[in-house]
Amino acid sequence: MAVTLVVNGSLHQVDAPPDEPLLYVLRDRLELTGTKYGCGEGQCGACTVLLDGDPVRSCITPASAATGKKITTIEGLGNGEHLDPVQQAFLEAEAFQCGYCTPGMILSAVAMLRKSKTKLTDKEIISHMNGNICRCGAYGRILEAIHAAANMSRSTVDAKR
Amino acid sequence: MRSVDREAQQHEVTPLQHGFDLGRRDFFKLLGGGMLVCVAAGRAVPQESGRGGFQRHEMPNTLDSWLHIGENGKVTVFTGKVEVGQNARTSLAQQVAEELRVPLDSISMLMGDTDLTPFDMGTFGSRTTPQMGSQLRKVAASARAVLIQMAAEQWQVPEAGLIAEDGEVRDPKSQKSISYTDLTHGQKLMKVIAAEPPLTNPNDWTIAGAGVPKRDGRDFVTGAHKYASDQIRPGMLYGKMVRPSAFHAKLTSCDTSAAEKMPGVTVVRDGDFVGVTAPDLMTAERAASAIQAKWDAPQQVSEKDLFEHLKSTEEKPTEGRDQIVKGSVEQAGSGSAKTLQQTYTVAYIAHTPLEPRAAMAEWNSGKLTVWTGTQRPFAVRDELASAFHMQEENVRVLMPDTGSAYGGKHSGEAAVECARLAKAAGKPVRLVWTREEEFTWAYFRPAGAIEVKSAANPDGTLLSWELDNYNSGPAGMGTPYEVPNQRIEFHPADSPLRQGSYRGLAATANFFARESHMDELAHELKIDPLEFRLKNLKDERLRGVFQAASERFGWGKNQAAKNHGFGIAGGIEKNGHVATCAEVAVEKGQVKVLRVVEAFDCGAVVNPQGLRNQISGAVVQGLGGALFEAIHFENGRILNPHLAGYRVPRFTDLPPQVDVVIVNRKDQPSMGAGETPLVGIAPAVANAIFNASGVRLRSLPMVPKGMPAVS
Ligand code: FES
Ligand code: FES
Repeated sequence: MAVTLVVNGSLHQVDAPPDEPLLYVLRDRLELTGTKYGCGEGQCGACTVLLDGDPVRSCITPASAATGKKITTIEGLGNGEHLDPVQQAFLEAEAFQCGYCTPGMILSAVAMLRKSKTKLTDKEIISHMNGNICRCGAYGRILEAIHAAANMSRSTVDAKR
Repeated sequence: MRSVDREAQQHEVTPLQHGFDLGRRDFFKLLGGGMLVCVAAGRAVPQESGRGGFQRHEMPNTLDSWLHIGENGKVTVFTGKVEVGQNARTSLAQQVAEELRVPLDSISMLMGDTDLTPFDMGTFGSRTTPQMGSQLRKVAASARAVLIQMAAEQWQVPEAGLIAEDGEVRDPKSQKSISYTDLTHGQKLMKVIAAEPPLTNPNDWTIAGAGVPKRDGRDFVTGAHKYASDQIRPGMLYGKMVRPSAFHAKLTSCDTSAAEKMPGVTVVRDGDFVGVTAPDLMTAERAASAIQAKWDAPQQVSEKDLFEHLKSTEEKPTEGRDQIVKGSVEQAGSGSAKTLQQTYTVAYIAHTPLEPRAAMAEWNSGKLTVWTGTQRPFAVRDELASAFHMQEENVRVLMPDTGSAYGGKHSGEAAVECARLAKAAGKPVRLVWTREEEFTWAYFRPAGAIEVKSAANPDGTLLSWELDNYNSGPAGMGTPYEVPNQRIEFHPADSPLRQGSYRGLAATANFFARESHMDELAHELKIDPLEFRLKNLKDERLRGVFQAASERFGWGKNQAAKNHGFGIAGGIEKNGHVATCAEVAVEKGQVKVLRVVEAFDCGAVVNPQGLRNQISGAVVQGLGGALFEAIHFENGRILNPHLAGYRVPRFTDLPPQVDVVIVNRKDQPSMGAGETPLVGIAPAVANAIFNASGVRLRSLPMVPKGMPAVS
């Protein structure tokens, strides 16, 4: 059985059952380990990737649901030496401790910022990001980083896709 | 082993006496030429090897730190400590760079690899900064002295006039300078030093003490960092365990035939150990669930009977260790004294590191290599060696910087399981615990009951203090206040659940009991809670943080709004001095923490940026256990082993204002800061809830289902 996926702009024919979680396909078959397992239950956001720009929990998304869509993982953000503004802002604010939640946080934030036309309030960010857990409790800095990223130029995801 | 023994053992940092076989590790082969500087622990004699390298017999067996200065100017520091998000990789590098007088980016840190780094008990108990930090500062300072000596010899000048700076030795007189690179070029020199070199005064620090960015930060934001669960080995398989139906269950029957028919699946059965390997994770999961296992589980104590059970199984405290006695509590508290007696409880909680336990194991001609997320790589190596009846030197454990631990990754369960599976499969295997496994088969922060009985004069002078802690642990049970008569005891008990270390250990429980009780007494005596504390407090540093926090908070200056309340708490633990103020709103049966101010003094601050991150993170994590985190269990089963049923703090739980006040005491030794910032938040919030509502909550978590109905 093969699934055809477009990940970070490249086409992949993956020999996996269509009901295999997208998380496993990305991590194990494509070796894109930046996407993390945190719960496998859609509760923590560590496995967040973008499907056509929308954040999804790849642990509860079957690979087949991602065919025909553009998948963006943390490895697909930014280009080469240049980080995506959200990555840059996280780095500058040091919005992490162990960093395990970071890829999922960044992708959730990227999705939000790409859609928002106006300046986001704390409340809007918090309600959008509430599905992403940071057990180290770096929420304050993450919030700060998202505001900072919003003030930088728009995300460069488009360029990469 | 009883949990308490385990706790004590895990936190008793004995002198490092582990024999280390340098002969089998040719550092110069590994790192190229240059100079290797070691510090011998204890009273070992200083030695120096010949220029042609070193002989094994020349090595004292008590080396506990070393660093290598390469011919290319790169400095490699070896330490058995590990990075679990607490920023040790950065703060240790800063301290070495400072003492060695080299740019920070010339340092690389080799951590937690049992083949290459010195033995280390483990990364816990906030020991990295005070112990390893000062160790490495000594090594680096010694190395600097050696380099100066080498330059002096080369130039035929006295050492005294030379200075080391920015990776070179300079002679201000002759204007000559020579880089460390040139000094060590073509050498294979090893120096063992036992002296206590003079260390740089924190007032003169330029690299240590600065808020430099976290090491490898870029790898975390790009997803490039490889955690234990991200390790990939050629030809690897995926492992999956079959778990018992309840704790202490015995396997009675096991039908593995369906699983065995699945392509590529290997079923591993060894006593009650049942697991599978498969070429992909989904197949492994399916194979494991296709196994029909029957278990026989004994009756076990359930949550509803917990505190009764702990009290009824209590053991006598060990004299000295689990007991603090001063004056006589029997004599105190008569006449006009105010007396008070209350019981406080804490629930079992789970560490819930976002990266669950994970391991990658590989066997190679009788040797075992395991990458795993653990705070104690050497202990895990020993666990593996004993599980497989091997010599320690045939087991290598590597610890990639891990997805956090919080005291929850002291043990090597996943490593042992994974190695067993890999042995059977004959291929490298990766095993990552599911969230449910992590919630069930790891260990918990101990639950406990704490009884406090006190007496104070009407003027607010404390007369006596009695505290009995059942099961939760002895850490932080003493009182920092001046009390002439004290009896404080820890009573080990039979824990129905497997328990162990948790960030801050029992200090969270003991601080909660003590600081809540102090608040209750202050209320009875009609004295302001801060004033009451200060009246009974001499410790100058604790007074300092109380003052710093209360000033920033505006304690005593502002009136709480309707339904709002203020609370304060503090104490000393692991040489960290902490004071926390909180403002809460209690409205419509819900508690909202609006503002937290925390002042912290851990001596000379090595990295204020990292420290702030630790403190504000600890406040958020502490709020979970304070307000809503609790493990529910019944008859050997965990009832809420999922994030949907076990609530951890999320964005919406972040107090809108978290102020961190760092009291930087450059005149005091640097202490760890990973734990103590967590322990003041629960009582501060409890006291604020009382101030807001008049309701005293004495059980953690306090409001798992909102405010309890007031009778
Ligand atoms: S791993 Fe997918 S939401 Fe937690
Ligand atoms: S940084 Fe550790 S979970 Fe967020």
